[in-house]
Amino acid sequence: MIDLSTEYLGLKLDNPLVPSSSPLTGELDSAKKLEDAGASALVLPSLFEETIEHEQKQLDRFVYSQALGHSEAQSYQPIPEDYSSELDNNLERIQKFKSALDIPVIASLNGISTNGWIDSGKKLQQAGADALELNAYYIAADPDTTGEEVENRYLQLLSDLQKHVTIPVTMKLSPQFSSLANMVLKLQQAGAHGVSLFNRFYQPDIDLETLHIKPHIELSSSMESLVRIRWIALIRGRVDLSIAATGGLHRTEDIVKALLVGADITHLCSVLLKNGPEYIAILKQELHDWLEQREYTSVTQMKGSVSKSCAINPAALEHSNYMDVIKSYGQ
Amino acid sequence: METPRTLTIDGNQAAAEIAHLTNEVIAIYPITPASPMGEWADEWSSRKRANLWGTVPRIIEMQSEGGAAGTIHGALQTGALTTTFTASQGLLLMIPNMFKIAGELSPTVFHVAARSIAAQALSIFGDHSDVMAARTTGFAFLASNCPQEVMDMALIAQAATLESRIPIVHFFDGFRTSHEVAKIHSIETDVVRKIINNENITAHRQRALSPEHPVIRGTSQNPDVYFQARETVNSYYQAMPGIVQKVMDQFAALTGRNYRVFDYIGADDAEKVIVLMGSGAETAEETVDFLNTQGEKAGLIKVRLFRPFDAEALINALPSTTQSIAVLDRTKEPGADGEPLYKDVVTALAQQSIANQSSAKQNRFRQLPTIIGGRYGLSSKEFTPAMVKSVLDELGKAQPKNHFTVGILDDVTHSSLDWDENFRTDVHNNTFQAVFYGLGSDGTVSANKNSIKIIGESTDKYAQGYFVYDSKKSGAVTVSHLRFGDKSIHSSYLIGNGDADFVACHQPVFLERYPMLDKAANNAVFLLNTPLSPENVWQRLPKNMQQQVIDKHIRVYCIDAYNIAAISGMDKRINTIMQTCFFSISGVLPGDVAINAIKDAVEKTYGRKGKRLVELNFKAIDETLANLHEVIIPQISDATFDLTEPVPDNAPDFVRNVTGAIIAGRGDQIPVSLFPADGTYPVGTAAYEKRNIALEIPVLDENLCTQCGKCPLVCPHGVIRCKVFDESLLSSAPQAFKSMAVKGKDFAQGLSMSYQVAPEDCTGCGLCADICPIHDKTNASHKALNMVPYTPGLRQQEKENWAYFLNLPEYDRTAVKTGTIKGAMILQPLFEFSGACEGCGETPYIKLASQLFGDRMVVANATGCSSIYGGNLPTTPWTKNSEGRGPAWSNSLFEDNAEFGLGMRLAIDKQREYAGELLQQLQPDIGDGLVELILGADESTETGIQQQRSRIQALRDKLKHMDSPAARELVSVAENLARKSVWIIGGDGWAYDIGYGGLDHVLASGMDVNILVLDTEVYSNTGGQTSKATPRGAVAKFSAGGKASPKKDLALLAMDYEHVYVARVAYGAKDTQTIRAFHEAEAYPGPALIIAYSPCIAHGIDLKDNHLHQQLAVDSGHWPLFRYNPQQAASGKNPLHLDSKQPSIPYREFIETEIRFNMLWRTHPQEAEKLLKQSQQDVLHRYLHYEKLASLEWDKTGDIEPSHRKPTKATTPSKEQPS
Repeated sequence: MIDLSTEYLGLKLDNPLVPSSSPLTGELDSAKKLEDAGASALVLPSLFEETIEHEQKQLDRFVYSQALGHSEAQSYQPIPEDYSSELDNNLERIQKFKSALDIPVIASLNGISTNGWIDSGKKLQQAGADALELNAYYIAADPDTTGEEVENRYLQLLSDLQKHVTIPVTMKLSPQFSSLANMVLKLQQAGAHGVSLFNRFYQPDIDLETLHIKPHIELSSSMESLVRIRWIALIRGRVDLSIAATGGLHRTEDIVKALLVGADITHLCSVLLKNGPEYIAILKQELHDWLEQREYTSVTQMKGSVSKSCAINPAALEHSNYMDVIKSYGQ
Repeated sequence: METPRTLTIDGNQAAAEIAHLTNEVIAIYPITPASPMGEWADEWSSRKRANLWGTVPRIIEMQSEGGAAGTIHGALQTGALTTTFTASQGLLLMIPNMFKIAGELSPTVFHVAARSIAAQALSIFGDHSDVMAARTTGFAFLASNCPQEVMDMALIAQAATLESRIPIVHFFDGFRTSHEVAKIHSIETDVVRKIINNENITAHRQRALSPEHPVIRGTSQNPDVYFQARETVNSYYQAMPGIVQKVMDQFAALTGRNYRVFDYIGADDAEKVIVLMGSGAETAEETVDFLNTQGEKAGLIKVRLFRPFDAEALINALPSTTQSIAVLDRTKEPGADGEPLYKDVVTALAQQSIANQSSAKQNRFRQLPTIIGGRYGLSSKEFTPAMVKSVLDELGKAQPKNHFTVGILDDVTHSSLDWDENFRTDVHNNTFQAVFYGLGSDGTVSANKNSIKIIGESTDKYAQGYFVYDSKKSGAVTVSHLRFGDKSIHSSYLIGNGDADFVACHQPVFLERYPMLDKAANNAVFLLNTPLSPENVWQRLPKNMQQQVIDKHIRVYCIDAYNIAAISGMDKRINTIMQTCFFSISGVLPGDVAINAIKDAVEKTYGRKGKRLVELNFKAIDETLANLHEVIIPQISDATFDLTEPVPDNAPDFVRNVTGAIIAGRGDQIPVSLFPADGTYPVGTAAYEKRNIALEIPVLDENLCTQCGKCPLVCPHGVIRCKVFDESLLSSAPQAFKSMAVKGKDFAQGLSMSYQVAPEDCTGCGLCADICPIHDKTNASHKALNMVPYTPGLRQQEKENWAYFLNLPEYDRTAVKTGTIKGAMILQPLFEFSGACEGCGETPYIKLASQLFGDRMVVANATGCSSIYGGNLPTTPWTKNSEGRGPAWSNSLFEDNAEFGLGMRLAIDKQREYAGELLQQLQPDIGDGLVELILGADESTETGIQQQRSRIQALRDKLKHMDSPAARELVSVAENLARKSVWIIGGDGWAYDIGYGGLDHVLASGMDVNILVLDTEVYSNTGGQTSKATPRGAVAKFSAGGKASPKKDLALLAMDYEHVYVARVAYGAKDTQTIRAFHEAEAYPGPALIIAYSPCIAHGIDLKDNHLHQQLAVDSGHWPLFRYNPQQAASGKNPLHLDSKQPSIPYREFIETEIRFNMLWRTHPQEAEKLLKQSQQDVLHRYLHYEKLASLEWDKTGDIEPSHRKPTKATTPSKEQPS
């Protein structure tokens, strides 16, 4: 019997297959299906700072617009006595999932400002989250903002939050750091229990009819896994924290590669949206088969076995390899 | 006796509290000013608030008040405790059922916010005309005079109706009492339980119709028995006053508040007595009490139970010393020799006197008192202590005037009494009075309501708030009147000149418009919101205002509220800022206490979920305190300017003397003689009222403009115009005037085109710039039309441009291709500068119709938003062209608009037919050629119409020289020989609900009318109540829990007739289809129905995104576009043509953008998801259904009768009674 178990953020997991934030992890029905199919933990849909801000603005406008009437219509909408906010929904979901599922539930916070996060983080912990994934992103659009300032924002956010929550915190990062490895090290020093590499964002697109800028996102493809694999390979062994590979892991081979370079877990999203939650069982079986066929006894055994420190040709990870790539393309 | 908690609420809420607590079934329908009662009931039931017996009352909205009354009748007959709320026309629609309900001795209470009846004009304000119109129904009538009494009498009525079996109209004055916020004592449920006798409820249930113990009720009776049977109820009516008094006594024992069916107040030895009911009695009490301290011997009877009229109780209530009585009625019965209450009082005293004579019984009075009657307070006309005094003074005269009026100047029949404007009682010596001038959109009213609550709830002080609005929806001016005092406040009139301890001006622009400091008392505080620094404020005050500041020793404070709002992240919201100023400088509460109270209120409003909003508000409060400055007042006034005139000097007399006076807020002073006797007013008056409410206005970049015409099309206020003119005229143009050589082969060489804005009429909604499709190729954010800050310099420049533009000639209508947007927009709009909401979704359609057909339009307009922005004085946006032609407009009622329009069509057609007959009769004299040309005219084009007008003019010229009776007859009807276009316009409340029966009949009639339904999917005018046009899943008033049923498909119902032209349009999604539909509808010789999607503020959207919401509605399938033209069928083609594609975005994407839908996700998430799923299915199913209909093979044989059929016998009403 092959031992697929792994450890992530101090949590003992049955296997390294962890569905990441997606509509599938938002509904109890599909979450149960994921668990039944073999998911070892799951990350809840992100609580977006932007959503909360938008919600508050809407509330503000709603309350205010009640006063914009005239003598016949002093308001236009009934004012509800109570209503549930996005945060309420998230907390309720955690409680519901925790009582219905056996696997760990990781909450996800998405945003960048420290304001309000501490409060939300505390509440997510109280509601029963096993860990927090901080999907921090900051578009440094201002030319006066230095890279160091951006990095400090992340570190500050993390250490502020660490003071108020006791559950493990992992940072989901973008690849856009001048020195990513150094950034991960700094995060570890600031108390992060793990990093998740890398997040994917909506990209602004242009509507050619109206010339308006609109957000756009597409499901990932396998190709995108390679940048994750490279960076995990580079940092595994140089830092001491949990590493999750996320983005573009579609095939069993992608998952195997991520584990070989040192990921503790592999996050799955697009592949499950395409094939349904049950597909996780197939991936799990294929992972098992791959290990079995090559006579590995456990995931722990293979984890990091092709990271930079253990790779046969580690230099290849650091080269830009431009010429090789072009050549292989020509063949 | 317990000490009950206090509530700071208005009269409507006070009534609703008791009604909801003591009933099981509540049938509702919106009508101002009663709607909030239904809204409260609906909200409470949707939150599962239970009644006295632990069950949640069932609320049902009906299609009209007539429907509500029928429902109530049914619910009563089957044993439920049932109630309703209504007013005015609504009560009138209930009258038929009220006779039945009373005739069957069914206990119920109708709570009525009494309001004027539409006569020479509609009015939403308070008087007793509605109640008096219902007084013969057999209902009892119980009056409340203030919010406290509303709560008390609501309960007394409920108990008394159950005991007596006589249904009761419980009424209180619309707006004055229904909307007055006051601190009152609550009635604890324990008291309610003690007063409501459960045995009476059991008896009511036992009388219910039931198959378990069947009876029949509602029989038909013949001459032999009807009369006797009608007299059976007498003993119940005789017992009723006693029962009411008994309940009142019981109530007094439990609460300490004493009432009598006729309450006497005043001197025991009074010689003069006033008799009245309603809020005026509060003012009368205050005045009588004061005058008695001055040596007057006066008294007052407050009539509480008006029907059944207990004459004996009235006489016993009057002091025996009474020598003269003035009875005041808040209603008018034209042609009667006195109003109802007056006649009842006269009859009571006369009957008693006669009875005593015959029985030789001692008279209560030394001699029969003199009794005079008068009218006051119609449509919430002010009724002040000075007027009460003038009535008492009249009673002191040797020959007092009977049938007088008080409160107006009647210089025609001289009915009015004079009064002394300066008379005051002494109650205000210990009352703090404050007046606030604000805009409906700046939150002044809500801030003031909040202040009243703060003071009412956190101190022992009593509070009163009353809010006066002007008739506009965009930029509505509001004046708030607040009073605070240590004693209960009964002054049911506005704060008068020289009385206000605090005056606030929340909008800088008001300085030049309103003489606000007239209100200020000596040593008052004046608060001004202004961008000016404290040193510069003084020089910007008008001269008269400066003098008042000096003379009255007024302290002036200023704040730049908009700036503070901006720096605190509050956008343009100044309500909290101005409220903070008020508490900080008015001295009504100690400073710290007040500021803490505001902060508490903010936290209560936004709660734990709006933490950031709380922080923003707190920041704004702190910034306000740091930036509020006192202005140093010099010794002398040195301003060189004064208030601006409301309308220009060159305006017609009527506009200056009447319209202008109303605009300036001096309408109360206009004498009777200046008004038209039949309610007829001139058109084109909105153009005189320059409101200057925009913060930004559009500015054209003529180098980019492609002359597409979209900007004038979408402008809701008709402020952006297009003209084509000879370029030689440009020689006299102002330097900054913008024009372009007109493009396109439809126009001759040498013509110029201009798109020009009327800057002072623009509301700054920005829709014109939003729709502009042309971007600068090097800078996408710069368009051909851009919103630019409305600076004084720009105002002056564009004023000059606009004046020049107005003087340019209109382009020849016959030369325009009106089927294109560019062409149609060259036509002059005959609907301009309406006071509709900024960005209104309705008005572009009306304006378009006025452009295309205005010079031959007759409009029947249903009551609703369009009748308010269309015809609420002072001004009307309907106007005429340089030839004097334009839409003739009228509003009948809410429920009968289709029939009203049909009547117009019938008259025009009949007179056209008659004119034709006369023409033929006079043919020898007129000449063959002209008669034949007129009768055979083709008026399907602009050219044809113009030619026919010329022929009719030629005919008139000939008729001038003919002196036969037929010729004279023909002169009076000749205008009907030219085509007239009848338009029936209204909202969805009218078309889908209250007016649907009539609409259906008019559609069936086959008559040539054009029906424009402005579908906002709610009752917009009354505040967003649910109609049958409201979509599934939307939250609206009366659907606080989200509407569960789908939107009615009015278009499909109409198409089913097969002879009705039907179009569904949304100009923001497909403007060419809209224009095409308008043309086809008007050209169609039978009934045409255009259902127009109209985004509304009630959707919970920002109307600057109006077009986006229309597009989403169409793309999601919520609003499929199509035209159904029966004329196509005649030529063998399928009449239905779909103009929008299959739903291309998920329904979720549409509804996520509108609060009316997404609020349900916050309150009832599971229900919201369920309804969304159903709605998604609805739209897909409906589109497929339309698609199938549109693709049906149409019969091409031609030898069977085409489906476009004229009405058959079946649609002709039968002369028989319905069987």
